[in-house]
Amino acid sequence: MAELMGWGRFPRVEGLELVSEDLEAISRGAILSRGLGRSYGDASLPPQGQGPVASTRLANRLLAFNGDTGVLRAEAGFCLADFNSLFLPLGWASPVTPGTRYVSLGGMVASDVHGKNHHVAGCFGEHVRALRMRVADGRILDVSENQEPELFHATLGGLGLTGHLLEVEFVLEKVPSAWVWAENQQVENFSELIACLREASDTWPMTVAWVDSLSKGDALGRGIVMKGRWARPDQAPSQAPASKSAFSVPLDFPEWVLSKTSVQLFNRAYFCKEGKSGKSGIVHPYAFFYPLDRLQDWNRIYGRRGFIQYQCVIPKQDADEIGKQLLKTLAASDEGSFLSVVKDCGRQGKGMISFPMPGISLAFDVPMRGDSTRALVRKLNEIVLEAGGRIYLAKDALTSAETYRAMDPRWEAWNGVRRQWDPDGKLRSALSVRLFGD
Amino acid sequence: MKVVFLGATKGMGRALAQKMAARGDALVLLGRDAKSLEESAKDLELRGAAGCVHTGLCDLTRSDEFAQAFESAHKVLEGFDCVVVTAGAFDSQDVLEADAAACQRLLDINFTRTILFCEEARKRLLAQGGGKLCVFSSVAGERARKPVILYGSTKAGLTYYLEGLDHKYHALGLEVITVKPGFVNTGMTAGLSPPPFAGEPEGVATVVLAAIDRGRPVVFAPGVWCWVMALIRSLPRAVMRRLNF
Repeated sequence: MAELMGWGRFPRVEGLELVSEDLEAISRGAILSRGLGRSYGDASLPPQGQGPVASTRLANRLLAFNGDTGVLRAEAGFCLADFNSLFLPLGWASPVTPGTRYVSLGGMVASDVHGKNHHVAGCFGEHVRALRMRVADGRILDVSENQEPELFHATLGGLGLTGHLLEVEFVLEKVPSAWVWAENQQVENFSELIACLREASDTWPMTVAWVDSLSKGDALGRGIVMKGRWARPDQAPSQAPASKSAFSVPLDFPEWVLSKTSVQLFNRAYFCKEGKSGKSGIVHPYAFFYPLDRLQDWNRIYGRRGFIQYQCVIPKQDADEIGKQLLKTLAASDEGSFLSVVKDCGRQGKGMISFPMPGISLAFDVPMRGDSTRALVRKLNEIVLEAGGRIYLAKDALTSAETYRAMDPRWEAWNGVRRQWDPDGKLRSALSVRLFGD
Repeated sequence: MKVVFLGATKGMGRALAQKMAARGDALVLLGRDAKSLEESAKDLELRGAAGCVHTGLCDLTRSDEFAQAFESAHKVLEGFDCVVVTAGAFDSQDVLEADAAACQRLLDINFTRTILFCEEARKRLLAQGGGKLCVFSSVAGERARKPVILYGSTKAGLTYYLEGLDHKYHALGLEVITVKPGFVNTGMTAGLSPPPFAGEPEGVATVVLAAIDRGRPVVFAPGVWCWVMALIRSLPRAVMRRLNF
């Protein structure tokens, strides 16, 4: 038994993790698979004391690649960081990339991840052609749009609860260079930020905004809108981007380090760094897509008790008003959020319970401080529920079953498919116990 | 670089072979599981290994087959300049103390057979005018410790042998690289609770590949284990008798 936790380091459970290159062997009898543990809350954790869980991280072989069609097949533990260093220099990119490259393919499918290009490319699941998985009765199946399509759609974003992902086949994106042309723009308040994001989404394939979560009054929701596209060969340096050296956080920081004051100072400095005029130019793809990967184990900054990432999406029409309400609620709590991110989402994906829907997504990092944090999440959830929005389960650790089910009625149809394939409830996670009553 | 690799399908060996492939080295994989060898060969080809990655069956317990395995590898690569050995056996001290057969098997594989394999590699490399021999020993061979007495003694013996090779043959062009991994999270250590400074296969592979390129005779991976073991080596016997790590 070992202590298992997600990226937010809350909650922690005792569980047995099986680690082997032979995924077929360890997935037999396991109640859940987990990859690199980059989901924040309890999605990758077994229920306390139950198990075993199968770790996919050593099952990282490439299986097939077609250079004409860009179709790549690999084992579920194949890591996006490996993908980038192997395929970006060849002019191929992942069609969708989340904010860290230390994720496994299996994890990208299970969370149906989205990225800065969601408004044009949708979720990762839309680029998945086929999956090989072990379902609860022990059989190994190939599923796709044509074979067991219902199971396929339930598995995209299905949090690993429909079966163990063994292999993933997806279509790569051909890119003109491995570098990114980016432009940053400072915005003075939240309304301006939303308008700027909306405008940018017409002409830029990649957009995201950082918000100063502790700004107040007229400046509430000020921030920086970041826009990007793959650079043309004549703009980009001729050499492939080298992988950058990373710093790592060597120990759990004491809790006083992250005070409201220190967060405020950081946010102010970050806002001012950009300057009024906005900058544009060639950017290293890792600096653009994965700024936080430079600081390995950055989650330790939040100390032993860990942190919560709260991410929600709210419908477009009320985004301005609701977004401000969420920011005010956050600012009124005792803790500020170091990194608050806003992104406009495009269409809803193929996954039956995938997170995104047309609207504005907001994400905050909040230190876990017990009851006050629970109360804050409850308040934020009330606003989101009222607005017709929903939360991202790959980030969640604190939402109640009642609230989640009210936010996302799609869960029932999804759970029905899940139960068809797993009538005895063999596959489960700490999250499924919390939200689906397993 | 042209590499003959024993143990490339799993753990640190897999990570090292993947790094070699990604920069375009040519590889022949030796091992005892034909299916796994084929799958790794395919993976390494897709990662950029030079040409076709060939495989050959070679079981460490059957030293009479070593010469043939090297012969075939020599043919497909048209000569090679590096031999890597990451294969080895592991069992906990409790299991080995209780089971004489398991104990004999581990002593045989990790010491006798591994050294016989290295002897074959040494002869081949010297016959070609030199080359690199990179062998995975362990920090367990640095100081006798209660949980790894038998495993550690095989690695101590192996380390000793490799040091001797370096002394005798370095002038003749044989570069011996002894790798001493600390605790690394692989299938071999699954189920053990990781100590501080536990490493990942990929990090070890980066350090080891740099050591092979530079011909560094001894490399600890992760590097911090060099200092950890220096400390442990300096502990007096009275302390070692009390400690349980």
